[in-house]
Amino acid sequence: MNLLFDFTVDKATKTIYITREFAADLDLVWDAFTKSEILDQWTAPKPWKVRTKDMDFREGGRWLYAMVSQENENPSRYSLVDFIEIHPKTDFSTRNCFADENGIQQGNGFSLVKNSFKPGLEMTTVYIEKKFDDLATLEKMVSGGYKEGLEAGMNNLDEYLRTMVTSK
Amino acid sequence: MRRDIFQAIADPTRRAILVLVAVHAMTPNAIAEHFDITRQSISKHLRILSECDLLSQNQEGREIFYELKIDKMKEIDIWLDQFRKIMEERFQNLDQLLITLKNKKK
Repeated sequence: MNLLFDFTVDKATKTIYITREFAADLDLVWDAFTKSEILDQWTAPKPWKVRTKDMDFREGGRWLYAMVSQENENPSRYSLVDFIEIHPKTDFSTRNCFADENGIQQGNGFSLVKNSFKPGLEMTTVYIEKKFDDLATLEKMVSGGYKEGLEAGMNNLDEYLRTMVTSK
Repeated sequence: MRRDIFQAIADPTRRAILVLVAVHAMTPNAIAEHFDITRQSISKHLRILSECDLLSQNQEGREIFYELKIDKMKEIDIWLDQFRKIMEERFQNLDQLLITLKNKKK
C-alpha cells in the first residue's frame, strides 16, 4: 500500500510539518501515539529500544523515556515529553526536551509539538507540527546518540522491504 | 579554529547578521548600524561567523566587505534530511506494528 508521507520545513519559523497516513483506524493509531507500551515498540530505530521510566498521559502529565541498546543499557540521557493539551482522539500538544533520569531538563533546547489525527476510509492521517526553539536543537536531537541507530535503521528498512516484496 | 555551524546560528544576533549579508555584501560598520550593540561585539560575531566558514571577506580599497557563503548554509539541510529519515523509519516501524495489533484484535 502506498501511504502518504509529506515532510516540509519552514526555516523562518523553525517548524517542521509532517503528514503521514497509517493503515489502521483512529482508535488504534491514537493508542499507538499515546500509550507507552505501544510507543516503546516503534519510536526507536533498531537496534535501539525505548524504555519508559514513567508515563502519565493527561494534561500536565509527562512521558519520561530513554533510548537503550544492548551495549548501552544504562542511559545517561532521557527524553521528556510534557503533555500540555489533550483533546481525545483529535489532537494533543507537547513540549519536548532532553532531561536527566528524574525528568529535570538538561540544556536549553526544546521543541513544541502538536499531533492531530483525522480518520479516513480504512486509514488515519496524522499531522505533526514540530516547532524548535532553535534549529541547533534539531542538530542535538539528530546527533544525540542516534547516528548508529539511524544507519542500522536503514538496514532494517532494506530487510523489511525485501520481505514485503517476496511475500507478494 | 574550526567551529560548528550550529554554534554560529545559535545566537540571535549572528542569525540577524546572516540575514543582512545574505542580501548583499556589507562592511562591518554598515552591519553595526543595524544593531544596538558595540562595534566590538559585532566584530566578535563576525569573527565567529568567519571561523564557521559562513562568511567570506573581500577587500575593496580600504574597506572589507562580508558576504554570505551560501553552500555552507546547506549543512543545515543535511541535518533536516537526517531527521526526515529518522521519522520515515519510525513510521515504518509503526506500520508493521499496526498490522500486528490489528491481527491480534481479530
